[in-house]
Amino acid sequence: MDIFERFAVPHPSPAIYVSMVAIGLTVIAIIAGLTYFKKWGYLWREWLSTVDHKRIGIMYLISALLMLFRGGADAIMMRAQLAIPENKMLDAQHYNEIFTTHGTVMIIFMAMPFIMAFMNYIVPLQIGARDVAFPRLNALSFWLFFMGAMLLNISFVIGGSPDAGWTSYFPLANNEFSESVGTNYYMFALQISGMGTLMTGINMITTILKMRAPGMTLMKMPMFTWSSLVANIIIVFAFPVLTVALIMGTMDRLFATNFFTSTNGGMDMLWANFFWVWGHPEVYILVLPAFGIYSEIISTFSGRNLYGYKSMVGSMVIISLLSFLVWTHHFFTMGQGALTNSIFSITTMAIAVPTGVKIFNWLFTLWKGKIIITTPMLYSLLFIPIFTIGGVTGVMLGMSAADYQYHNTMFLVAHFHMVIIPGVVFAMLAGFHYYWPKMFGFILNEKIGKWTAWIISMSTLLAFMPMFFSGLDGQARRMYTYSESTGYGIWNMLSFIGAIGLAIGFILIVYNVYYSTRYASRDISSDPWDARSLEWATPSPVPEYNFAIVPNVKSVDVLWEAKYNNHILFPGKYENIHMPNNSGIPFILGCIFFAWGFSFVFGMWIPAISTTIGIFVCMGHRSLEKDHGHYISVKEIEETETKLRGA
Amino acid sequence: MKKKWAILTAIFTITTMLTGCESFLVLDPKGPQAQTQAKDIILSIWIMSFIVIIVFGILAYMLIKYRASKQMPDYRPPHIEGSILVEAICVGIPVIIVVFLSIVSVQSNYKVESAPAIYKDKEPLIIYASTSNWKWHFSYPEENIETVNYLYIPVERPIEFKLYSYGPITSFWIPQLGGQKYAMADMVNTLHLAADVPGEFMGRNANFNGKGFAENTFNVTAMSQEEFDEWVNEVKDSAEPLTEQKFDKLLEHGHVGQSTYTGTHLTFLPPPEGENGGHQHGASQSDDSDNHSSEEHSSSEDSNSAHNSH
Repeated sequence: MDIFERFAVPHPSPAIYVSMVAIGLTVIAIIAGLTYFKKWGYLWREWLSTVDHKRIGIMYLISALLMLFRGGADAIMMRAQLAIPENKMLDAQHYNEIFTTHGTVMIIFMAMPFIMAFMNYIVPLQIGARDVAFPRLNALSFWLFFMGAMLLNISFVIGGSPDAGWTSYFPLANNEFSESVGTNYYMFALQISGMGTLMTGINMITTILKMRAPGMTLMKMPMFTWSSLVANIIIVFAFPVLTVALIMGTMDRLFATNFFTSTNGGMDMLWANFFWVWGHPEVYILVLPAFGIYSEIISTFSGRNLYGYKSMVGSMVIISLLSFLVWTHHFFTMGQGALTNSIFSITTMAIAVPTGVKIFNWLFTLWKGKIIITTPMLYSLLFIPIFTIGGVTGVMLGMSAADYQYHNTMFLVAHFHMVIIPGVVFAMLAGFHYYWPKMFGFILNEKIGKWTAWIISMSTLLAFMPMFFSGLDGQARRMYTYSESTGYGIWNMLSFIGAIGLAIGFILIVYNVYYSTRYASRDISSDPWDARSLEWATPSPVPEYNFAIVPNVKSVDVLWEAKYNNHILFPGKYENIHMPNNSGIPFILGCIFFAWGFSFVFGMWIPAISTTIGIFVCMGHRSLEKDHGHYISVKEIEETETKLRGA
Repeated sequence: MKKKWAILTAIFTITTMLTGCESFLVLDPKGPQAQTQAKDIILSIWIMSFIVIIVFGILAYMLIKYRASKQMPDYRPPHIEGSILVEAICVGIPVIIVVFLSIVSVQSNYKVESAPAIYKDKEPLIIYASTSNWKWHFSYPEENIETVNYLYIPVERPIEFKLYSYGPITSFWIPQLGGQKYAMADMVNTLHLAADVPGEFMGRNANFNGKGFAENTFNVTAMSQEEFDEWVNEVKDSAEPLTEQKFDKLLEHGHVGQSTYTGTHLTFLPPPEGENGGHQHGASQSDDSDNHSSEEHSSSEDSNSAHNSH
């Protein structure tokens, strides 16, 4: 009985029962389907044990989209609850769990894997490499992220979801005020996926610094690779802080240490400091690769080189430095006095300058270009005005005296959605449409794509612009209800309609994938957009080894040079290619980490100890294992190339 | 065509935002601190709209002029590296704007962190505002009375709020009198506010603190000094005293209505300042704890150093 009570959901509702049934049915359907079509072997060989950066990238992409719908469903429930004053659809506890999960899922388990998907898939191709520096570590990174995401997702049906906000401020997040295991889930889900992210950071930096094709100096790297490099450097500096903060938080919750308590010498503002020393750079980890994608797309569809390449790189480096100097603006109201607030107010507003440089560089990339508006380009063009509105409101928030009035209000919520959605989500959708033909060999339907882009962007405006007004009218964020006399009703209703529009847009994306998979022409070249950089020099679909011959680079737009200025891209002849072997260990290790996290969430010490041993056994196995990879012979390469290039 | 329509909508939205300003609580200030903040907000909205319009304008121009459909089929865009002049402008103008806003911001910071200048000659009224899940306790140490979930203040007199919490971090916010500040368990924060005119204002906790967060509000009534004194006397005559047991009961989780007491909880449960401070320890400050007038000069510095020293 005790066990049952421990794992039961503390606040059951029809929605949770429906989810339970849905999860159960999905699992049964997947297992039955795999067995019926005899796909277990295929799944294991081609996906679960793969170390190929392209397949890992695709797995990240699928996970990100799944989580987008998970977090989106939360968003719809929140907006529906607030659409009318004194709504009784959700109670306070349920609402708190939903906004906490929405924030956590969207940042950690949607936006992060989305950028990881493109980094994994594109970076090695853009720099002319055959894989990342540590392919097996890369697989492990993915499985740690994935298992972290799953751990957070089961919290909804086993034991209770986190309910202290995605920022999980102590002492609210401590046992005294958050009694359910929800916050334990938060701690372990973020910890496990955070470890994966840190490994990716190290992996990508090594890949970019050590594995570029001959001739590709740092200042000849495509902009997406540059942005990935900078973002990964931020990851390596920022994520250890999160790791430490989460360990301390976990210790407080499980072992009654007093790092963040309000009594016994703990310090509650320490959590806020740690969280935002990681959390503020985190937003640049997300947005810089997104900027990189925009640079690629805008340059490609303007038919022109990127304007101000050097200042683009410079501004990213400056942003990365400033990102570590502004965390205090997240708690201007913590009473640190006028001097401290003034300093952080200035550093915060200073970020607007390099960001502005990037906006103007994109605008000048259009100058004298030959602009073709495709779906990816449409997202990139819609990004500029919406992001500008989001960005300038960021400057407004940066004025700390004024922030006293915006702090914790819907104004802030409006601001960060108006930067993160166009900044990150639009970029990822643009990249999704742009790189789809490289990944799958056909173009997503342009007509549906453009409709979707318009619906999503206009709905973003409709959903978030009203929040600026309700915020200025005194609506605090995270309120599960409000009275009619406040007058917030109209703004929240508009937001709800916008949210519905966003949902329709995202469903249309799925429909587009379905429609195009069935009807799109497979007869496209490997370079359907007339693009400029190396990833488009490979055949589609990309063979396991990426490049049969290592490319020779002499400029940023190397493919463009090869196409129009007679640059010889692939000198020399085929040679045997050394590739890493697949391994099931990363997946198995990921599963053990899942069980490890789950055991700790519920304080089950015997499984916790045995899974810990399991982790070390896997690591030991890797240390003692002899695995030198394999060679792909010239004959095989010739066959593959002939088949793919259709020569 | 669609682009144009989108831009028009955006411009329309911004104009409505600017014209509709006055009706919003934050932009309808009733005290000097809120006024400073509202002025900053309006100023920044104007400057930012200018930037937004420039970006929209350039984007529209580029899209109209350089669309592929408007050009010769054999047009080949040139290779342009960038230009020092253009980039100097793109950096220079934002730098000027940021410098200007920084100056405004720093000045305002010092204004809102100190007692309002126009009421400088008046003795500030000190009110201890503390939260427990999910209510507000207001102690008037000089008057020796305490209220729960409502606040009476005199107009045209600086009010010095001493904020702290019996639990999660909360944020004390009266939009029409001025912006918020956190109330935390192990230190006391000082917030200076003042009301210019009598009236009723909404006050709330703005920082999420669990289930009862949405209803974590209080009413503020500003009145003349005479009316305020009258009310104090009335409370002293009629309200029951606040005992330790009564206060412990109030600290339990849950919502309660408004109530009034004589005496304050400060006597038996001192706030986390001076020698009782969580991490504001140090014997040198213990003398200050019962001497507010000497403390008020250094209070913002105190909380500042408290942060930095750990």
